[in-house]
Amino acid sequence: MSETTRVNELQRRLAEAGYVAERSLAATLELFTALKRPLLLEGEAGVGKTEIARVLSHLFDCPLIRLQCYEGLDVNAAIYEWNYQHQLLAIKLLEQGKVDPESAEHQIFSEKYLLKRPLLQAITQPRSPVLLIDEIDRADEEFEAYLMEVLSDFQISVPELGTIKATSKPYVVLTSNSTRELSDALRRRCLYYYVEYPGFDKELRIVNARLPDIGPQLARQVVSFVQELRKGDMRKKPGIAESLDWAAALMRLGVNSLDQDIEAVMDSLVCLLKTREDSKDVSQVEVERMVARSV
Amino acid sequence: MSRLALQSKAEPTPAEMLQIRLVEFVRLARENGFRVGVAEEVDAHRVALHCGMINAWRLRWGLRSLLCSSQDDWERFDELFDAYWHSGKGAARTQSLAGALVKRKAQDGTGHKGSDGQASEADQARQAEGDDAGEGGVREGTSWRENLMRADFQFIADSGQMRAVELLVERLARRMRRRMVRRQKVQQLGRKIHLRRTLRNSLRYGGMPLQLAYQRRARRQPRLILIIDVSRSMSMYSYIFLRFARGIVNAFRDADAFAYHTRLVHITDALRQPDLLKVRHNLALISQGWSGGTRIGESLEYFNRDYGRLLNSRSVVMVVSDGLDTGEPERLSCQLELIKRRARKLVWLNPLLGRAGYEPKTASMQAALPLLDLFAPAHNLQSLMALESTLISL
Repeated sequence: MSETTRVNELQRRLAEAGYVAERSLAATLELFTALKRPLLLEGEAGVGKTEIARVLSHLFDCPLIRLQCYEGLDVNAAIYEWNYQHQLLAIKLLEQGKVDPESAEHQIFSEKYLLKRPLLQAITQPRSPVLLIDEIDRADEEFEAYLMEVLSDFQISVPELGTIKATSKPYVVLTSNSTRELSDALRRRCLYYYVEYPGFDKELRIVNARLPDIGPQLARQVVSFVQELRKGDMRKKPGIAESLDWAAALMRLGVNSLDQDIEAVMDSLVCLLKTREDSKDVSQVEVERMVARSV
Repeated sequence: MSRLALQSKAEPTPAEMLQIRLVEFVRLARENGFRVGVAEEVDAHRVALHCGMINAWRLRWGLRSLLCSSQDDWERFDELFDAYWHSGKGAARTQSLAGALVKRKAQDGTGHKGSDGQASEADQARQAEGDDAGEGGVREGTSWRENLMRADFQFIADSGQMRAVELLVERLARRMRRRMVRRQKVQQLGRKIHLRRTLRNSLRYGGMPLQLAYQRRARRQPRLILIIDVSRSMSMYSYIFLRFARGIVNAFRDADAFAYHTRLVHITDALRQPDLLKVRHNLALISQGWSGGTRIGESLEYFNRDYGRLLNSRSVVMVVSDGLDTGEPERLSCQLELIKRRARKLVWLNPLLGRAGYEPKTASMQAALPLLDLFAPAHNLQSLMALESTLISL
């Protein structure tokens, strides 16, 4: 199969799975599956970064393993932990019988008592899973360094057990909202894609794909309204999820066209405006003007 | 793309020629500040093989994903790609890379983007240093940086270096936080066992203290409050400090920044914007818009009245100013005293202090001096870095 058709094919399959992707994104994802390098996705909140991982796992028909990063995330929560309670129980049971201490120790520190956390899980699957490391910028620098070690060697050493080698190399997707500068070394190791807010056509296709029952008129109005809103100076710009929420809310309120019921539009704006300042800034007059423009 | 095909035919061994061109391109990217290593050079070939060299768009997208590693890279990649692959024949091939780049920039006259300015600046510096421009990029880059560390901000005239300094200043702020957090973690190695809770936990296991509970030390990061003078006399410095403030505000969870000349403006929210272009725009408005005379005392009074609640025993207040004040010194010392009483430390950063022969003789500086915990220069990156130890010692 030639290169171009492969990209087209991937783009079509992504669309079938409910994800509308530009050609350049499809091309990057195609490369990502071929090279099996980690993929770093950056972009504003709500542009569908996490969704990419989800749809990839759907396409490859493999499990999605997700590691949500947060400040203070440590090795125990990300890689492995011993199941202390279980071990203790085993010790008590072993005390009853006569077992020689050497083998007892072996038994207690065996894989049976190992709790696998996402990273270890990801490399011990029979088939390559998609490993989503979400919001890596929230984790500490130390964790980032450790993660890099795992991602380059694909093996994890547990002192009591020895080294666990990867049985399959996962497809690694990292997302970041750039709340913190990531280290150069990590950036260098990854493929990179910057996900932008979708343009009008793309967002319209997304809305139509996700909410098939929405009328063509409402869909167009919703999308152009949200696009207009994003152009303004907002504290928290509405993402795609917000437009979908809003469209669903409007459908639920029985609105077929924005200009027909300004009240309902105002009431449902809670779906789009997520901070006090933003909701204060958008007045009814403003909304009416934007609605008039988007009709 | 037809040109690519043509070029490859014109050469004796097209495949090799393309390979060389590709390596050259990756090196060019590295010289332009893309974070690219040898592994990426190898992978670039895999990408090229995978994407095929015929479809220019596929190659562009493939290389873009491979070579870029930040939004900044992302935005200037296309220009670099076009400049290299679609430039006039020969020019790029016969000359050394860096030279070719500078020349092309000069021809196009596209120095408008600051990032490119920086790149060509680096190249020019390298050319000025003479021998083989293509080779020792990394080493020379370092010394170039070292010089920047010591250069007084006011003497950095060209936009490229300025941008580099701004970037460094912002990184510096982030690194400060990283070190401080690390130090706290190291301290935590000597943790104390929480006896009562450990006993309580042991009940579950029949009295065996299996789950040790530790006393948790509260993470104490200072609350940083930056008050930056953006009056005309500070205009050479204020933008740098605003960038520094941006780094601080983004890195520390608990930090606030203010700018003032005759009145005080809370700028933390403007700085927190992730979109750098927008921040730059906002900051430009702030730092250019009102470079009038300075009234430090009045501005601090306003600060105490409206933002005094920000001060607590963890706060470090940093006033950045040259101390050239048009207000009364008594008012200033009175307000500074109010701040000092409520905050942990009061630091005054004066960019003039780095100049040879400067003595803080102005009335307002004299009034302020006895109240300060630290009076430090802030005219170059090194002096800013020295601040770190003060912050840690809290």
